[in-house]
Formats: sequence, structure tokens, C-alpha cells
Amino acid sequence: MNMREETLIPKVGVITDVRIDTPDIKTFRVVTPDGKKAFDHRPGQCAMLSIPGVGEAMFSITSSPTNEEYMEFSIKKCGCVTEWLHQAEVGQQLTIRGPYGNPFPVDDVFAGNNMLFIAGGVGLAPLRSVINYCRHYRDRYGKIDIVYGSRSKDDLLDYKEIIDEWATDAGVNVHLTIDNPQDGWDGHVGFVPNYVKELGFDTDKIAVLCGPPIMIKFTLEGLRALGFEKTQVYTTLELRMKCGVGKCGRCNVGAKYVCKDGPVFRFDELDELPDEY
Amino acid sequence: MRKCSLEKINLVFAEIAKAYTLYLPTDQNDSSAKFTKWEEGSVWSNALNTVRSPKDFFFPQAEDLMEFKVEGKNIDITDIRQESEDFVIFGVRACDVKSFEILDRVFLVDPVDSFYASRREHGIIVSLACTKPSETCFCTTFGIDCTEPAGDVSIWKTETELYWQANTEKGEKLLSYVDSLTEDANTKAVDEQKEKTSVVMKKLPLANLTTDGFGAGKTMELFNNEAWDELSQTCLGCGTCTFVCPTCQCYDIKDFDTGNGVIRYRCWDSCMYSEFTKMAHGNNRLTQKERFRQRFMHKLVYYPENNDGLYSCVGCGRCLAKCPISMNIAKVMKKIGGEK
Amino acid sequence: MQKITREQLLDRAVALLSDGTVNSVLGWQKGEFDYDVTPHIFKSADELKEGFVWNDFCYANFSKYLVLKTDRIEGKLLVFLKPCDTYSFNQLLTEHRFDREKVYAIGVGCEGMVDVNKLKAAVDGISSIEATEEGLKVTTIYDDEPTVVAIENVLLERCVNCKSKKHVAYDELMGEEGEIIDSARFDEVAALEAMTADERFAFWQNELSKCIRCNACRDACPACTCENCVFNNPNSGVETKAPVTSFEEQMFHIIRAYHVAGRCTDCGECSRVCPQNIPLHLLNRKFIKDINECYGDYQAGEEVGMRAPLVDYTLEDLEPGEVLNRRGEDA
Repeated sequence: MNMREETLIPKVGVITDVRIDTPDIKTFRVVTPDGKKAFDHRPGQCAMLSIPGVGEAMFSITSSPTNEEYMEFSIKKCGCVTEWLHQAEVGQQLTIRGPYGNPFPVDDVFAGNNMLFIAGGVGLAPLRSVINYCRHYRDRYGKIDIVYGSRSKDDLLDYKEIIDEWATDAGVNVHLTIDNPQDGWDGHVGFVPNYVKELGFDTDKIAVLCGPPIMIKFTLEGLRALGFEKTQVYTTLELRMKCGVGKCGRCNVGAKYVCKDGPVFRFDELDELPDEY
Repeated sequence: MRKCSLEKINLVFAEIAKAYTLYLPTDQNDSSAKFTKWEEGSVWSNALNTVRSPKDFFFPQAEDLMEFKVEGKNIDITDIRQESEDFVIFGVRACDVKSFEILDRVFLVDPVDSFYASRREHGIIVSLACTKPSETCFCTTFGIDCTEPAGDVSIWKTETELYWQANTEKGEKLLSYVDSLTEDANTKAVDEQKEKTSVVMKKLPLANLTTDGFGAGKTMELFNNEAWDELSQTCLGCGTCTFVCPTCQCYDIKDFDTGNGVIRYRCWDSCMYSEFTKMAHGNNRLTQKERFRQRFMHKLVYYPENNDGLYSCVGCGRCLAKCPISMNIAKVMKKIGGEK
Repeated sequence: MQKITREQLLDRAVALLSDGTVNSVLGWQKGEFDYDVTPHIFKSADELKEGFVWNDFCYANFSKYLVLKTDRIEGKLLVFLKPCDTYSFNQLLTEHRFDREKVYAIGVGCEGMVDVNKLKAAVDGISSIEATEEGLKVTTIYDDEPTVVAIENVLLERCVNCKSKKHVAYDELMGEEGEIIDSARFDEVAALEAMTADERFAFWQNELSKCIRCNACRDACPACTCENCVFNNPNSGVETKAPVTSFEEQMFHIIRAYHVAGRCTDCGECSRVCPQNIPLHLLNRKFIKDINECYGDYQAGEEVGMRAPLVDYTLEDLEPGEVLNRRGEDA
């Protein structure tokens, strides 16, 4: 019956590069064994990665769809699968399936707008895809502001790319912050929500948030105080998933499945859902 | 409509079993009934229904999905899927037939679950009209008529006869195998039986249970209902209700290292379990109240919201009979919804 | 039919609530039918008067609820305990699983509880049940003549083989105190022991293959109070939700029986709650019988603070070799 398609059966992928980003985050580059991208995706979508015998888990695809050579995943060490991946070397095979979930509306809603990206910690991973997509099609978007914070300078993900590429782009403003003062850091110190308020953005833009729940909560409050409507603010959620296609029944928030109807949600949409995420 | 004498029933089974693998409810030594494979000498149970629902035929408790060979850094994936063979499930009650439609709307929507689809396509359902519903039955609450069961073939059993009606091409084909054992019949006896059963249905203790107050658009109102605390307070957090339920379809995917390769298998899972939503960095349903609420919200609000108002309960009464603490969907509906 | 009436228990519960001795009452709440009684925490006299029941269907053992519920409730919780429940109560106290000071226990005399499955096998379509001196008078939804079912024909297995009508713990007793009973509860185990190893293996394979891994046996078991059971801890390495092999299928129940050995009071909840009617109590009873034979009679929960033979050492203990050989090669 191999004629039937089956999304649960993955493809084999190979890790072709491992970048150590922070003490607990590594970025893995993945292609198929014949060196191609496993599948196409849209910014904000996810993929299921697995190590047979260890487990399978959902990860944001952090590379932009405009990268036609490979996919990247920035993965924080926090559970069985991620711990295993963190000790994996180049050449290690894994399994990959996807893409799953709804993407950010980059080509319709976002197009023509100023963009404000706000991330905390590993929360930059899902946003990197959309940021690089917007940078690739630079002329389709207005001004881009990126606020990114982490515990320390060492915990800033993609630091080199941010400094060397994002910060040097015309019309892109990068605002970095770390939680506590640190030797060798002359940038901003303080939590992301406060920094957003200090920066005092105009409301002529669409905001995209991702980070720990507490950061999201206070940042959203900050944006509301600046006059942003909930319809202008997007985020991406994460819950436990097994199938990735809305069937295994565990990632629902109300009638919405994060794997299928999310992970991207607009805040006014979340208001219609129970507070169970 | 065709009919045959009940005296010929074993000949009929033998004939069907020549063409298909045939399953039918048989009595077990603990006075319960269970779907078992027919073989010479099998006796069709008179029980109202089986303890385990027939969802097992399409969505088994555990099934292997694929195999992996891991050598050094390399992984080899083997697709072990086999196309199902044709089989017949005989004597499925109207409520359980409806449950297949509810499961279909999960497993057969894009992307189609090929494991389920293969079995569903090859399964032939012979449904059986009810004549003696139990006090725990409430199929009418969900618009199901137990005297008019759907399926590929519907059958009605009277004292002496079995009446047959094919509803689909698959059903016509099945009936053709037993053509010589059946004869044309009018619907008189069946109509009389339906009439009699309908009278009992109206007198059932749960006849007044209603879905009013549930359904699409009720998420926030019902999620925040205060009664969940009380309803869930003595829930043990076991999975009995979910596993005997014909419409519960949550599953887990797990790996098993055989020592000679890894099998990835799927098995039933339960939203009642404490680790159901547990992630490496947290759990969005920490208390039994949240897990309990999820199960009933899913059946009565979320599922209908995503499926044109169809509820994910068929009123079969299995959870009423089997919950260790006798807490169940009927009690939940009465408490937070109300009665007609 | 129970000798103590619902009104007696109700009056006492209401009195203890109103004089402030307790803040809430763990009792049985009436259901949709006359037999589907649900454990419930009553907070007020009105709630009790409306929903409290005491009848032949109050089989649930409340002891385990004390582990979770006394943590979360202010003041004292009144709990009703049947004689068999009091053994679980003591065993949990021995294991320091709840605070005795938070509980006010009323021992209730018990005449045996009904197995609903047996009753339903005797009468279809139950619409009402009335306890009478002659037995349970059952009317049906089919308008048949009422049937009178003798209680002894539909008792739960654990009540047929009741081990004690005596309460081993309470603050207050309602009804007459009974005696410890020299029951025939080990007869079935003896019958299993008399089988050949192959027959016994076939018996258990058949029974355990029915398991749907719902965990009801574990979740109802008063001896299973681990905060995170190995069987649902993904990090334990043995987390299983379904049998991958028939070996695993058998192991879940056998491992569980080992884990509760010496602590199991033989309350029978595991078999009562099993939706597949697997006679799980026989596994535990085999352990109890073996312990009795090897180390002298021991009843878990008889007193608070007892040291179970399996975690105790005396000079009279059998040597492992003697245990193995005590019934010849078939042991």
C-alpha cells in the first residue's frame, strides 16, 4: 500500500553543520542525503525532527524559505530529543517531516507595512525565518525594527548574523538588550518589555512577538500602552505535539490546534480562545 | 429487503466467512460481549453491545507505523504498511456506526491517515437495529435512531428472522454472497419492531438529555463554567472513559527499541493522563480539572465547532457503565447544560 | 441491605459540619440511576441533604482520596469508611501519606456491596432499585414485573470473600462492630497454584491480554500513591501506554503487583474498576498468601506502624532457598 501518502512517515535528513550559538542553543543545518532541501516551507512553519529510539519533536524552521539550499533549526537543550541532538555531530542522520502549521501572512498582511519584531531568548528562532524573508524581499516592506533580548550577551542567538548582516541593512534597526550588566557589553541593559516601552514605537507597524510566556505577556501590555491594537500583533505558540496535523489531539487551545491552525496567531484571535497555552 | 430464518444464521456466517474475515460479538466468560473472529462454532451474542467499541477495527489500541535501522550515523526507514484485507464487522449498533463518521472526520481529512483509511475502505459494516436499549443509552440526544442503523448493510433481528437491507455497493456485494440463504421480504415485521422500540426509547431515563447550551461558539462561556471544579473533584485520572469511548481518538506516537532496530508505533492516549500535554519545559494542563474539562469540551464544543455542529459523542453509554467513580458525560451535560 | 440508614449518616454529617468539627464531607453522591454513586466532597448541609446517599452501591474506597484531598482542604474532612476501607486508611498512615489530624473518620458497618456488572447481567434495563429484606427489588424500563435479586448473588467478589467486618481505624463508629472473618479468599489462588505452570501461564495470558492500559487499577489502588508513576514518566525509560509485545502486556500488572506486595490490603478496588473484568486481585492475593505462608499471617493495614514482612528481618525468616523449594519443583 505504499502508494498512499502518509505524513507520519518521515524522510531521512543529514546534519551538515552545527553552530554553537549560546551555551544551550545550537543551530543545525539539515538537508536530505542527496544534498537537497527536504521540502519547501513558508516563514513561521515548523517541522518534526526525530531520532529513532529517542523521540520526535516539533521545531520552528529558522531559516528563510528564500534559502534554497538547506534548512536550519535553532534548538535549545531542554528535553530528551534536544539533548540527544546537542551531542550530534556533522554527518549524523535524523528524520524530518513537514512543513506543518500556518505561516506568518508575509505576502498579504505584512506586505507594504513597517515591521517590528520582538524576541526573547530562543524566541528569536521562529522569527529569524520571517526576518530574513522580509530582508530578502526588502522593497516589499517598510522600516524594520528588531528588538531582541536575552539573559546575557552569550545567550544572544544568531549574534554574528545580527551584527554583521541585519544591523548593516538599510532601513533595518536592531535594538539588543541583555538582562544584567556584563563586561564587554556597552549596549542596553534591561528586560525586553521595558526596552520596548523605552523605545516607544509608533503604531504604524505590525508587531511580531516570540519568547517566554512572561515576556510575551508584559510586552503585549507594553505595546497596548503604546497604542497598538491586538489586531496588529502576532505571535507563535508552542504546545506538545505528536502528529503535527491536528489528529493526535493534544495541542489544542479551544477548538484550534496549534500544529494546524497555528502556531501563528494574532492576539485578537487568542482572545477568543481559552487561556490554556 | 431480504430475510432469512435465524435457524440459518450459522450457514450465513459460514458463507460470509468464505469471502471475508468476519467479526461478530460473542459472549465472554465474564458475561460481557466482545467482537471476535468468526470460526465454526462461534455463537453470536445477544448482548446489547460490546464492552470495547468497534473503533478498534479501524483505530487499534496499538499499531506499528514504521521501522528504522540505525547504523552509526545512518538511518534507514522501512515502510511496513500493508493494505488491509476485506473484512466484515457484523452486528454494529447504530451508535457505533455513527462513531465511524466522527472518526472519519479526523482521520480522513487532509492529510489522510493512510493506516486508518486502508482499514476503513476494506471494512464492511453490518449494523444491527436495537430492540432492547439499556438505561444507559442516550443516542437520541445526538440524533441517532437506533432502529435505523446506518452502515453498508442494516439488519433487524426479530424472534425468528433476520431482515437485511443493503445501503451501499459494498453492502450489495456482501448480500450477494448470501443470496441463496435469503429471500425477499416486506417491511411489516421490521416496521412493527421499530414502533415497539421507539416506545421504549421515549421512556429511557436519559431521554430528556439535551445538547442545548453546547456546540460551536460556546467555548468561553463553558470553559469558564464554575461546575468543572466540582465535577472533576474525584476523577481518578485514569483513561477508562477514553478507551471504552467509540469516538475518543487521541493517540501517542512512541519508539520501541527492539535491539534489532526501532519500531515507531502509535497507541491510544488519553487527555485524562497527567503527562498528556507535558513538554520538556512545562505543561499547559496541570490539574485534573483542566484535563477533565478538555475531554468534555472537546466532545461537546470544540469538535462540533470544527465539524459542522456534529457532536463527538454517540450516547452509547459505555463510559456510564465503566467509569470507576461513575462520573460521565451525561452527568456533565446535566450539570452544566441542563435538561429539556 | 445496609443496617445503617442513610438518615443516620446524614444526621451525623450535618451535625459535625454545623458544630465545626469538620469543614467538608467525603461521601457518596447519588447518580442518574440508583446504582451509579460518585465519591463527592460535600461542603454544606444543604448539599448533603440533596445529594448524599448510603446504599448497597457505595463500594468506592475513600482512603486514597485522603492523600490528595486533605492537602487542599482547610480544616478537617469527614470521611466514611467501611471496614475494608479502614485497612487502606491505616496502611496509608503507616506510609505517612496523609495527615491524620486533618481527617475525622466515621466507621460504618457494611453488609456487603453490590457488583453492578453482576446485577446488570441478572436484569437488563434497570430503572429503579429498592433495597428490601428479601433482596434488591429491581424495576426495568421495559415495564416488566419487578425482579427481586438476592443480594448474595450479586455481591462484589471482595464482599463474597469479606475478610473483616471489623473497623481497624475510626474516630467514631456507627453501627455494631464486627469480627475479622476467616474467609475463603485464598481458595481461588489455591486453585491457580494447583494448575500446571503451562495452564497457569495460559490463564494469565488470556486474562492479561484483555488489558487496555487504562490504568484504572493503578489509579484506584490505595497502595499506588507514587506522585509520578514510572509507567507515565517519560524519563523513566519504561513509560508505556500500550503493550508493544505480549511480554510487556503481562509485565505491567506483574510489576504493579510486586510494587504493592506487602502493602496491598486486598481491598479489591483493582478488580472492581477494571473495565475488562480482569481478576487482578488474584495477583495481589497470591503475594499475600505467600507472605502468610513464608513469614506468618500478616494483614497490611491492621495497625498503623506495622513493619511489613518484606521490609523487616527476623531470625525466623525463611532462607531464599526454602522459599523456592517450599512447594517442590512447581513453586
